[in-house]
Amino acid sequence: MSVKTPVYLDYAATCPVDQRVVDKMLPFFTKAYGNAASRTHPFGWEAEEAVEAAREQVAKTIGADPKELTFTSGATESNNLAIKGVAEYLSEKGNHVITANTEHKAVLDTCKYLERRGVEVTYLEVDKAGLITPQQVADAITDKTVLVTVMHGNNETGVVMPIAEIGKVCREHKVLFHTDATQTFGKVPIDVEAMNIDLLSMSAHKIYGPKGIGGLYVRRRKPRVRLAAQIHGGGHERGNRSGTLAVPNIVGFGEAARIAREQMAEESAATAQLRDYMHEQLSSTIDHVILNGHPEHLLPGHLNLSFAYIEGESLLMALKDVALSSGSACTSASLEPSYVLRAMGLDDELAHSSLRMTIGRLTTKAEIDFVVELLRTHVARLREMSPLWEMVQDGIDLNSIQWAHH
Amino acid sequence: MAYSDKVIDHYENPRNVGSLDKGDGGVGTGIVGAPACGDVMKLQIKVENGVIKDAKFKTYGCGSAIASSSLVTEWVKGMSVEEAGSIQNSQIAEELSLPPVKIHCSVLAEDAIKAAIKDYQEKNGKTQ
Repeated sequence: MSVKTPVYLDYAATCPVDQRVVDKMLPFFTKAYGNAASRTHPFGWEAEEAVEAAREQVAKTIGADPKELTFTSGATESNNLAIKGVAEYLSEKGNHVITANTEHKAVLDTCKYLERRGVEVTYLEVDKAGLITPQQVADAITDKTVLVTVMHGNNETGVVMPIAEIGKVCREHKVLFHTDATQTFGKVPIDVEAMNIDLLSMSAHKIYGPKGIGGLYVRRRKPRVRLAAQIHGGGHERGNRSGTLAVPNIVGFGEAARIAREQMAEESAATAQLRDYMHEQLSSTIDHVILNGHPEHLLPGHLNLSFAYIEGESLLMALKDVALSSGSACTSASLEPSYVLRAMGLDDELAHSSLRMTIGRLTTKAEIDFVVELLRTHVARLREMSPLWEMVQDGIDLNSIQWAHH
Repeated sequence: MAYSDKVIDHYENPRNVGSLDKGDGGVGTGIVGAPACGDVMKLQIKVENGVIKDAKFKTYGCGSAIASSSLVTEWVKGMSVEEAGSIQNSQIAEELSLPPVKIHCSVLAEDAIKAAIKDYQEKNGKTQ
């Protein structure tokens, strides 16, 4: 069976917009184009009504009240607002933030920024499976801690953190808990009440919505969370985020959230089945394939594998008909492989050999079969070309060699 | 990242992949790079009467690293040992149109041929 190329296996990076979402958005570009803040005419009322309907859909997906949702430009902004906003607002109470060393750069770089401003940040170290424990969080909390920020699902590996347990620890210690749910929102069940989440970042384009729109859940009661705004102006979004609301994008976000929520159980089961099939097909026919991440605490669409003794970018080159990403950073100026995989204690060599494949709504079994076949062929070809593979076949321990680092 | 046509050609149709007998007195072997850095090149030459008769390589690395080593094996065949030792990484980078971030691949290929020559000369009691 032939498949249309290139095959898209990079759903964790972004997704196509669902046609139902596009259809819902279109009228708000040319017909219902009002400013949601215009209170004096029907154009504004119509826009506001659409925004509030969308807000309800998004809030419902995480068990929140619509009033607790602030629309932003995306999860990066949400992470910035949550972390800087809390640290700034509570600066008289304390100056300590706790996070994990595999967080997205939007969290890590925000924490680095705070460090330059005198905030102390603890970076908890994940274990080999990419997880941190609630106990690690409890041990790191001091009387100066104002915020714990731990991601829900990791973007590179798909590892799902025990956020309900971490939320419980934070609540017991009366410390605010923020989670970056960019990869999990709309894909796995989230309940901000049951999980004791105080702030939660989300994004539309990871769930077949438009790019440029996201949200931040900000708890309103028990406890009431207050933030220092990072964008000042007309006081939109209860003062949390000024700026004219992007009505078409918000409408699209709401529709994408509705579809994701209604299809969640069915869709995640189908995606996980396809992912498990792919993993099984690869690991049963190719030697030395290593799963990066936890085998069970894993998002349904993620498959991060290392093909030992092959450099990831050379494998990507062979997979030119497949859109995916590599943990090898040979393409970047730093030459450093993925910090997430390194944080999990993976050898640099295996980190350089990693591929991230992420499966989504439109992925077919035929596409998976096509990619599996390509991988089988090219892993074999590149290993024939690999001096490391040759040494291993000759029984040489690669760690016994004095490599000349450059 | 966009690769030049020559890089793609060498990557898809690498020249002289393989190994020569290390025990052969006329064979020099150079292994450079490190797995942790994402590239390791093994380059071998077989010398007869001061002329490189054969060259083989195996490379663990990105497409540019594979192409750089493939190109060097192609070039050195038929060269005298002295000529091969004077190959500069800039010539490799220019031939393959390597972008700045990939210049280290050409440096590694130059190091590999020099290491192979050194090994051959040490085996044969010549030091320069």
